[in-house]
Amino acid sequence: MGVLQESIKASIGPKGVGSDSARSERLSILARLLKRPELGALSGAILVYIIFYFLAGSSGMFTLRGMIEILQVSAEIGILATTASLLMIAGEFDLSMGSMIGFAGVIIGLASTVYHLPLYLAILLAFFICAAIGALNGWLTVRTGVPSFIVTLASMLILRGEAISETRAINGYTQISKITEGDPDSSAISLFGGNAAQSVFSWMAHHHWIDANEAGDPSVGGIPASILWWVALTALATWVLMRTRFGNWIFAVGGDKTSAINVGVPVNRVKVVLFMLTAMSAVLFAAIQIMQVGSADTLRGTQKEFDAIIAVVIGGTLLTGGYGSPIGAFLGALIYGTVQMGIVYTRSDADRFKVFLGVMVLLAVLFNNYIRRRATQAR
Amino acid sequence: MSPIVELRNVSKSFGSVLALKDLDFDVEPGEVHCLLGDNGAGKSTVIKVLAGVHVISKGEYVIDGTAVCISSPRSALDHGIATVYQDLAMVPLLSITRNFFLGRELTKGRGLFSRLDVAKANEIVVGQLSGMGIDIRDPSQTVGTLSGGERQCLAIARAVYFGARVLILDEPTSALGVHQASIVLKYIVQARKRGLGVIFISHNINHAFAVGDRFTLLNRGTSKGTYRRGEISRDQVLHVMAGGESLETVDEDA
Repeated sequence: MGVLQESIKASIGPKGVGSDSARSERLSILARLLKRPELGALSGAILVYIIFYFLAGSSGMFTLRGMIEILQVSAEIGILATTASLLMIAGEFDLSMGSMIGFAGVIIGLASTVYHLPLYLAILLAFFICAAIGALNGWLTVRTGVPSFIVTLASMLILRGEAISETRAINGYTQISKITEGDPDSSAISLFGGNAAQSVFSWMAHHHWIDANEAGDPSVGGIPASILWWVALTALATWVLMRTRFGNWIFAVGGDKTSAINVGVPVNRVKVVLFMLTAMSAVLFAAIQIMQVGSADTLRGTQKEFDAIIAVVIGGTLLTGGYGSPIGAFLGALIYGTVQMGIVYTRSDADRFKVFLGVMVLLAVLFNNYIRRRATQAR
Repeated sequence: MSPIVELRNVSKSFGSVLALKDLDFDVEPGEVHCLLGDNGAGKSTVIKVLAGVHVISKGEYVIDGTAVCISSPRSALDHGIATVYQDLAMVPLLSITRNFFLGRELTKGRGLFSRLDVAKANEIVVGQLSGMGIDIRDPSQTVGTLSGGERQCLAIARAVYFGARVLILDEPTSALGVHQASIVLKYIVQARKRGLGVIFISHNINHAFAVGDRFTLLNRGTSKGTYRRGEISRDQVLHVMAGGESLETVDEDA
């Protein structure tokens, strides 16, 4: 007992417990970078671009047109991956995102062609209905305690089946065409499916800064809206996660649910909101596709939930929750889009794309596990 | 000095099982009151009653001289009674600052633009911890990189910062090594100096005797008396905790 009291007194010294000079040293930039979840995805993306530069550098992949195409493919996955990353950081999955795309497309399509709603109202309706379904997914998960993997697996089947059967019953077949024709002047078309900065691109083509066709028009009409949505959503999600109270709660819910409850975080509410967000990003995906091509297909979005999860995992988010970033998911989607398009330019077997993805996912998870061990172990 | 919190003649039963019987217990500002007992003696029940997890079956829960109804952990917290649980209520993958303010985030701005005030939060955390003699490298490092003792201290510092008047520490030193335990005990001394009432639950008598002002001994749900420091020796405590049987009887049996 005497020894213990002495050791207490000793540890109260002038500078306090455990203060040594190493502790007050600022961490180097490299050490700070190593703690970021995006590191793996960032180095992966750089590596992918270096590889394709050598394999397909002269094939047209790195032209403006080629890059815009890559970004468009990445953007579609990226929009889903953004909200999926938030949900996965909170420790849950949403496998119904892909089916939700088809279902939202059916709502937008039927509302505008059969019920003749203006496009804006049709899209708004889809947002409302799908957000409600997302809330139901979340509510079932937190109330029943059934893993979200199972709950959303069920809704994945239900939504796809319902979308197909509704459309067939009302429309006769499983596609809905001429959706934008009833409301051709709607600004919804350019908001979701248009190109931004068109005049800038024309101007640049006129001055021969970018590729132009024989008529002097640019080979790329502008920046597709989907890419801007993708960038904006990633920025917004990052801000919410890193700089708001809700973001703090997302980390806590996925990191340690019991602790989060003990300190008064409304765990269930956080999860339900995030399920609503994944559902709404699926609606955005559907709206973008429909406004681009003018038709909906009940099979749209098939397996997109896995593409989103792949992008999120490559982006450094832990499957067990509590750690990750939307910027990582952004880079994961970029890697996905680049490899999918780039493999075509290399004229090699495009089926190898999946082989590459599989290897990439495995490497990403191994790398993330290593990072997590570093982050959680006492030093 | 009048006690901050008192349990008067409190009983708690779960169905037909009587977990606490006619217990009197109180803590005054600026004292460390140790609750000692073997496993199953009812220590956890006392904590949970004080923390508002369990509602008492009989008797009175008194705060500042008036009987109150504490029906949830939240209401106990509102009265300034904070419990630092064994599982700590910390998220290992989150930073020190984020953990410190978790559930009570420090924000600036209004409405949609309400955002975390990271710089100020970091400043407060570093200030609070260094005020208690803990020097941290970087408030943005994850709690997972802290040692058990440092985590325990962080949890206590958090409770103190958010206005706790009574700290309930449930086995804060049980999973710690000698050096780490001494850090936590030192911290308990600091809290007492600040005028907090500390309820310290332990079955490590050495730790209890290092910081305790009073000792209440529990055995099978009943109090075996409350003693001031110096009124009782460690051997006597051990004797009561073991239910009247001394450890020598084991030797006789063997």
